Amino acid sequence: MMASTNQTARTDGGRIKALVGWIDDRFPLTKLWKEQVAEYYAPKNMNFWYYFGSLAMLVLVLQILTGIFLTMNYKPSAAEAFGSVEYIMRDVEWGWLIRYMHSTGASAFFIVVYLHMFRALLYGSYQKPRELLWIFGMLIYFALMAEGFFGYLLPWGNMSYWGAQVIVSLFGAIPYVGDSLTEWIRGDFYISDVTLNRFFALHVIAIPFALVFLVIAHLMALHEVGSNNPDGVEIKKVKGPDGIPLDGIAFHPYYTVKDMVGVGVFLILFCLVIFFAPTMGGYFLEHANFEPANALQTPPHIAPVWYYTPFYAILRSVPNKPLGAALMGVAVVLFVFLPWLDRSKVKSIRYRGPLSKFFITAFAISFLALGYLGMQPVTPTYTMAARVFATVYFAFFLLMPWYTSIDKTKPVPTRVTYHAH
Amino acid sequence: MRTKLLVLLAALAPVAAFAAGGEARLDHVGIDVANKPALQRGARNFVNYCLGCHSAKYVRYNRMAADIGITEQQLIDNLMFTGERPHDTMRIGIDPDQARRWFGVVPPDLSLIARARGTDYLYTFLRSFYADPARPTGVNNIVLPGTAMPHVLAQLQGVQEAVWEGHPDAQGNVQKQFKEFKLATPGTMAPEEFDGFVRDTVTFLEYIGEPARLQRESLGFPVIAFLVFFTLLAWALKKEYWKDVK
Amino acid sequence: MTEEVDTGRRHFLTVATVATGAVGAAFAAIPFLASWKPSARAKAMGAPVEVDVSKLEPGAMLKVEWRGKAIYVVNRTPQMLEGIKGHDERLRDPGSSESEQPAFAKNPARALKPEYLVVAGVCTHLGCAPLDKFAPGDVTVSADWPGGFFCPCHGSKFDLSGRVFKDVPAPTNLVVPPYRYLSDTRILIGAETGNG
Repeated sequence: MMASTNQTARTDGGRIKALVGWIDDRFPLTKLWKEQVAEYYAPKNMNFWYYFGSLAMLVLVLQILTGIFLTMNYKPSAAEAFGSVEYIMRDVEWGWLIRYMHSTGASAFFIVVYLHMFRALLYGSYQKPRELLWIFGMLIYFALMAEGFFGYLLPWGNMSYWGAQVIVSLFGAIPYVGDSLTEWIRGDFYISDVTLNRFFALHVIAIPFALVFLVIAHLMALHEVGSNNPDGVEIKKVKGPDGIPLDGIAFHPYYTVKDMVGVGVFLILFCLVIFFAPTMGGYFLEHANFEPANALQTPPHIAPVWYYTPFYAILRSVPNKPLGAALMGVAVVLFVFLPWLDRSKVKSIRYRGPLSKFFITAFAISFLALGYLGMQPVTPTYTMAARVFATVYFAFFLLMPWYTSIDKTKPVPTRVTYHAH
Repeated sequence: MRTKLLVLLAALAPVAAFAAGGEARLDHVGIDVANKPALQRGARNFVNYCLGCHSAKYVRYNRMAADIGITEQQLIDNLMFTGERPHDTMRIGIDPDQARRWFGVVPPDLSLIARARGTDYLYTFLRSFYADPARPTGVNNIVLPGTAMPHVLAQLQGVQEAVWEGHPDAQGNVQKQFKEFKLATPGTMAPEEFDGFVRDTVTFLEYIGEPARLQRESLGFPVIAFLVFFTLLAWALKKEYWKDVK
Repeated sequence: MTEEVDTGRRHFLTVATVATGAVGAAFAAIPFLASWKPSARAKAMGAPVEVDVSKLEPGAMLKVEWRGKAIYVVNRTPQMLEGIKGHDERLRDPGSSESEQPAFAKNPARALKPEYLVVAGVCTHLGCAPLDKFAPGDVTVSADWPGGFFCPCHGSKFDLSGRVFKDVPAPTNLVVPPYRYLSDTRILIGAETGNG
């Protein structure tokens, strides 16, 4: 390191450069910045569907931050939990805002993640060489479902209690081990203080750790192969003389700047909910949960929170309890196998044939319809409808090897389609 | 792409209100939680008629007083029983075991009742008691049949009788269905006056369900305005940089 | 044809956006930091405590808890009130100029009404609870002991007004909390004015 003898020439810029140099000698700061951000090339034709990855990361940070502050005042015991949430809502300064941020963030997380996953379906982002990226993503989704399930018991409201009761008892449907398993999960003969405390530990420490590590793995896998794009074209195949993909642009500043706009729009919608409709009519914060847990009285309609209802509808549509539980599990896990179910040589829906377009549309409609049905009370009509939509849902996956092989695709261009904007 | 979105949106069309199935029709009450006089009257009603059996254990007297616009002295003079301090929460003197013996159930805490059941439910419930000699309390309630709660407001509302009418059901049997109320013994308040009394009380119940609500709603405007400003700036920045991308 | 990059505009927009974002982040931090302030429940639990001294015998002491601290209330006899005089030169701060007490307690009796001493039972050295050694001439405390408080942890000594002696580890007189009289026999500890 040269010492500068001309003190007047040393501006703040020089001092910062020296500091960065000191760090770089000991930690790959500049190297990481260049490789992962400033000289990481992403396709220039990313559209609306590509906002949701960075938004998911934002929501994760928000949930951890608000979660930490909630934990400062929340009491994880059956006797005190419900009261401690009201303590936060009333006695802790700004507690109500932190609580609403966390409850809205939970629903926002699933909205963002479902849209993020749908993008992958649209553009074949799970296809080779991104299978592992997809698997990490699915593991994140499973962890998220568990995180939401454990977190929902914590307010110890009546819906918390009965929702946990129903879902844990599903494990009783497993032959032979079912009853011991449910007792082991609960740590008690019924959903109790013991269950609450361990769900607290899982929700606050275990799964957040897992989520953070999985997200890091997910991003590493992404950066290894590079991002897909709406045309499904591999931009690394066409590079300029400098080795930079012709259809690539540096993540920074182009996508940092674009994602900022996404963040702004997201925060506007997020705050509209927090400040003007935090319960979202009972979908984000359910009415029954404003009553404390009562083992002697079930709420009139037990339904899981909206983000589990598609799978709940599938469960309820099957008259046989173990089979229903199994099918519900299969419905969730089937996503993992998409890279191998999809036999199409073409990634993006833009160049796939009419069969693929039909099935993905039918799948999306079914998912939404099942979600709606999962929130309704059981009636013969609704059950029939759920069976129809569940069939379509499974058909999307199980018939995929067939319809993706025979579908009439369009020729995929070598360069992305992009219009300046 | 756009057609796909349109199809998806069309699939969302049948999102009508879900069927409640066999519950009483509820009267709609318009509540304005910002109406301080209504809150003050509601607080007085609550303390005089409800607090004897129902606690509001998450409500602190001093914060409530500040929110409804009365001084601490007014609070102590009008709304507090002896032995309690303004910083205390609204507990009751009744012993839970005694309550269970008298009513068969402990009267629920009312701090969150408006968030759990809704104001229309509470407004209709409090006005739907009718004479029923078969019940131990001598009254029943259309909204919550078999309720253990006595008709606490009988002196004000008077005593109603329920008028039933027969309706044949799908099997051809005649089912008894509620038609309307008939005021058998008038109370000290005329019906509109009593409705106003209940509305004020429900306004207070709505307020205690979420004391931070007015603060939350008023903070929303500047926050959203700021975020819109930020987003527009970010968008301008984005457009500027993306001129580079051809 | 490529346009010239308007670096001035870029710089301005970047600075404007980052600055706005920073302002937003600063405002967003407020609720989190403010949530650490004492909650309404903490304030309620730290509310003033009412003490009834009607049954307190002359020469006796009672203890109450206020904000997690032991508060001693002593019914001082006329002899005890004599016992606070005549040893100013042995005290570190006889005028109570360094110690913490309400304005009304900046006198030798360190009290609103001299008959009752209200003082925090927290030694100003390291926080132990001093023992009551009110009997004058108690040689177990010291030679020429006028009566007062003795802290067993490190031997600090205070007189019958809680004023600290010289040559002991404690640096200042015992703290007098704010208080006022609700009546002749009821003291509200923790508030000088208001309803408490």
